[in-house]
Amino acid sequence: MDWVNAIVQGTLLGGLYALFAAGLSLIFGVMRLVNIAHGDLIVLSAYVTLTISAALGLNPLLSLVLVVPLMALLGYLMQRLILNRTMGEDILPPLLVTFGLSVIIQNALLVGYSADPQKLNAGAIETAAVPFGPITVGVMPLIVFVTAVVVIAALQWIFYRTALGRAFRATSDRQDIAQLMGLNRAHVFGMAMALSLAVTAVAGVFLGIRTSFDPAVGGSRLIFGFEAVIIGGLGNLWGTLCGGVILGIAQTVGAKIHPGYQILAGHLVFLLILAVRPRGLFPRMD
Amino acid sequence: MKCGKSIWGSKLMPEPVLSISRLDSHYGDFQALYGVDLTVHEGEVIAIIGANGAGKTTLMRSVSGLLKNRHEAICWKGQPIGALRADQIAALGIALVPEGRLLFASLSVEENLIIGGQTGRKGPWTLRRIYDLFPVLEERRNQPSTLLSGGQQQMVAIGRALMSNPVLMMMDEISLGLAPVVIKSIYAALPGIVSEGLTVIVVEQDIAKALSVSSRVTCLQEGRVSLEGYSEAVTREEISRAYFGI
Repeated sequence: MDWVNAIVQGTLLGGLYALFAAGLSLIFGVMRLVNIAHGDLIVLSAYVTLTISAALGLNPLLSLVLVVPLMALLGYLMQRLILNRTMGEDILPPLLVTFGLSVIIQNALLVGYSADPQKLNAGAIETAAVPFGPITVGVMPLIVFVTAVVVIAALQWIFYRTALGRAFRATSDRQDIAQLMGLNRAHVFGMAMALSLAVTAVAGVFLGIRTSFDPAVGGSRLIFGFEAVIIGGLGNLWGTLCGGVILGIAQTVGAKIHPGYQILAGHLVFLLILAVRPRGLFPRMD
Repeated sequence: MKCGKSIWGSKLMPEPVLSISRLDSHYGDFQALYGVDLTVHEGEVIAIIGANGAGKTTLMRSVSGLLKNRHEAICWKGQPIGALRADQIAALGIALVPEGRLLFASLSVEENLIIGGQTGRKGPWTLRRIYDLFPVLEERRNQPSTLLSGGQQQMVAIGRALMSNPVLMMMDEISLGLAPVVIKSIYAALPGIVSEGLTVIVVEQDIAKALSVSSRVTCLQEGRVSLEGYSEAVTREEISRAYFGI
């Protein structure tokens, strides 16, 4: 039963990883941008939430109402004012700029908040749990997982059912021809980054409630996000959720074998899948 | 510099919708067009002919904004547009059916048409009217555009351009790679399209086809205009000289 429990907890943890990954997947899908600063933007969201919930006395979960639009706006501006200047045939310059942004965000957070670990306090809900037969499931991990499913479903709906999603897909196919349709590439890219950082805001709040964070933890979140995207296959959002779950299960089962194996087990499963299926499990994109 | 209003503003000649003057276009260090002049009046069908590499597609890419140019080299209704972005030019009512169709592979047939109407320009062309023009597209509306035959894809590309209710539609090599019978059926739709008052530039390798649908013809040779004239008046000798430079 311990093993079943590990798999259930791993699945729920996978929801958090899928939230880390969804924004990354979206950005790469629409504009072939590898966002190295993604993990730091997740951490930034956690700090923004910390500040807002402290200033207004709001539960961090409630403060999402403010943090999500704020991060979306930041994403739009970051894309229009900085990243769009480097977008072109070559994918290397924008990648390098996001690397620079990563360094800047980390150090700005260090100056603003110091290196002391912080935590978001969501109150009694953090320790609440519901029993499912012999297994007990935390309410918070359950909320995270359900949110991940809802977020992926919503992104899927935006991509395949709305004019914005049509613009995303058309721009992803052929940037020049999409321009001929009257789509301003710079704006479409801005909207994609805004959507990505809106999801990132949700991921940041859940990260901050689950564990303590400091300005330097962004890097490992980026790795988990990347691994989830690549396990699931590029361009497939449901695949990204699946990738997150596989990574989460690998980590909890690894930890069950020996506590020191938690992170290693996740990376090993990732490498194994990459070796057998180099394009991931459900690739949609070449 | 203004857009040559002094020449065209008179009562004798109405102002052209599109006037191109001394257009030089470059791909990096490579110059593809040298001082090209072209004027197009509303409701005209102009044919552009020329051998491979003569600069026909470059001219289309320049007018549609995919290539940046000297701002005053291309004028639209008296306003310079040479340095505008492609989406700004599309909003003015200039549509391009690109060479090789270039449909959006991730979009269904219907989505490809709908995105053509993205500019929100009002006019006679709606999804309904496109389906009336090309009934086969309605049958296959929900399929990915990549599953269609070449001719059907070309219909989508033309429909996509029409959905923006353009003033000027440019068609670049729409018969390329298609069977003669398919080309015939696509050109059969052209009179119905033009009767809406649309101005059309047709780029064509098939000279007979180009001359039969157009009122005026311009021939390009190595990036320069080598012949201009009325389609019914130009002779075979003139064309072959303009085409090959012999």
